[in-house]
Amino acid sequence: MKRFLLAALFFAILLLIWEALFRAKIWSPVLVPSPRQVAVYLEGAAVDGTLLKATIVTMRRLLIGYIIGLVVGLPLGLLTARWKVWQDTIGTLALGLQGLPSVCWVPLALLWFGQTEAAMLFVVIMGTLWSVVIATETGVRHVPPIYRRAALTMGSKSLHIWFKVILPAALPFIVSGMKQGWAFAWRSLMAAEIFVTILTGFGLGQLLHYGRELSAMEQVIGIMIVIVVIGLLADKIFFSPIEKFLHRRWGTSQA
Amino acid sequence: MLRAVRRHSSATEELEVIAPSKLGIENVSKNFKGASGAVLALDRVSLNVEEGEFVCLVGASGCGKTTLLNIIAGLEKPDSGTVQADGKPITGPGRERLVMFQEPALFPWLNVFGNVLFGLKLKPNLTKKDRYDVAKYYLELVGLSRFERANIHELSGGMKQRVSLARALAPNPRVLLMDEPFAALDALTREQLYGDLQRIWKARNKTIVFVTHNVREVDLAVHATEIMKALKSYSQLEVAIAE
Repeated sequence: MKRFLLAALFFAILLLIWEALFRAKIWSPVLVPSPRQVAVYLEGAAVDGTLLKATIVTMRRLLIGYIIGLVVGLPLGLLTARWKVWQDTIGTLALGLQGLPSVCWVPLALLWFGQTEAAMLFVVIMGTLWSVVIATETGVRHVPPIYRRAALTMGSKSLHIWFKVILPAALPFIVSGMKQGWAFAWRSLMAAEIFVTILTGFGLGQLLHYGRELSAMEQVIGIMIVIVVIGLLADKIFFSPIEKFLHRRWGTSQA
Repeated sequence: MLRAVRRHSSATEELEVIAPSKLGIENVSKNFKGASGAVLALDRVSLNVEEGEFVCLVGASGCGKTTLLNIIAGLEKPDSGTVQADGKPITGPGRERLVMFQEPALFPWLNVFGNVLFGLKLKPNLTKKDRYDVAKYYLELVGLSRFERANIHELSGGMKQRVSLARALAPNPRVLLMDEPFAALDALTREQLYGDLQRIWKARNKTIVFVTHNVREVDLAVHATEIMKALKSYSQLEVAIAE
């Protein structure tokens, strides 16, 4: 409770500073709207449904792309960790492409797929996939060999070892890879939505883009806040419980 | 303690004392290619271990005790020579010969109970209930019933090795291979565990090969009537290693 109050106080102070800056009129109110204006925009967008619609469009792209990235990335990571051939080929490719900012995929996706959902998905998948591959591979490589040996003497064999020993042992790495993949997917999707207007659905990135076109700063800031809040929620609802469980089990928690 | 669990029909079978193995190691040699060139870890070592015998392999660090143990476990293959259990050549690791390593090697993603259950789950023809009963029985045997839901990192070093012992005993192996399992523990805990091991060896009738670098530990591990046997195998092995 005390922690909650402290956090609430922190954000209240942030709001106050913002309000104070607005009132000081250092910058044009077109560039720095008041918290109230942003709240009014958000309320309006929430009431007329644009916000919800855009959020659903964005989340759908994000989730589908992310899940495909995971489903493909995990096995690829295991393969690269297991066999040298995979490591030298897919592993090197993953390492290289992971370093490529995912927004760099946008021009290519546009030319290949046109202004379609497929282009969006492609960018999200490219953002997710490689970091998941790398994290899974790293995780598997960090599994102490003694676990494998212990399992072998207890009669565990190839597939059983992979699913019951190596995969769970690599879980802390895999989860942090999933988290990174999520962050990358989020980033790449926003980049794609800002750059590409497609008719099949307006996502949050597109709302942000039109906010700029219309010089509606309260819309720009409002949407940015929504994006931040969604990111926070995903962390608190999905990743945080998994990480807490891992910390408890592995004994790696600080608190 | 035994009685309480024996009432269950197939769990009883599982807790039945099974015949321990006889081990035959004949002229085993093993080389390692390391950064500093090839090292001859074992040079024509021969060793016979009778059914139910408690043998200590004693020797200085790096004399090949662990290598020999790994070969008996089937985790490593000898370059030459033969290794047999009950007259059959050992081709790979298997639950007939379970290993207790120097480090506990417990799985951190499972709790204490899950760790003991791991080997049992790989044993066919057991019902879920049998496995639970057997795991409970061995946790009780090592005195950790209260901690079955505990996470591994919450245990002390001695408790970890106790869980490791329960995990190794649970699938009821014929041979228990112990690689300096108590080396990292303090003297008091170690002595306590030797006592436990002694008790369990008598109750469960197993062939035990116990590796240690400390000659003084031999009579801690194997006292009273067993000391002769230990000394016999000690000199027997010393001959084998010295050669």
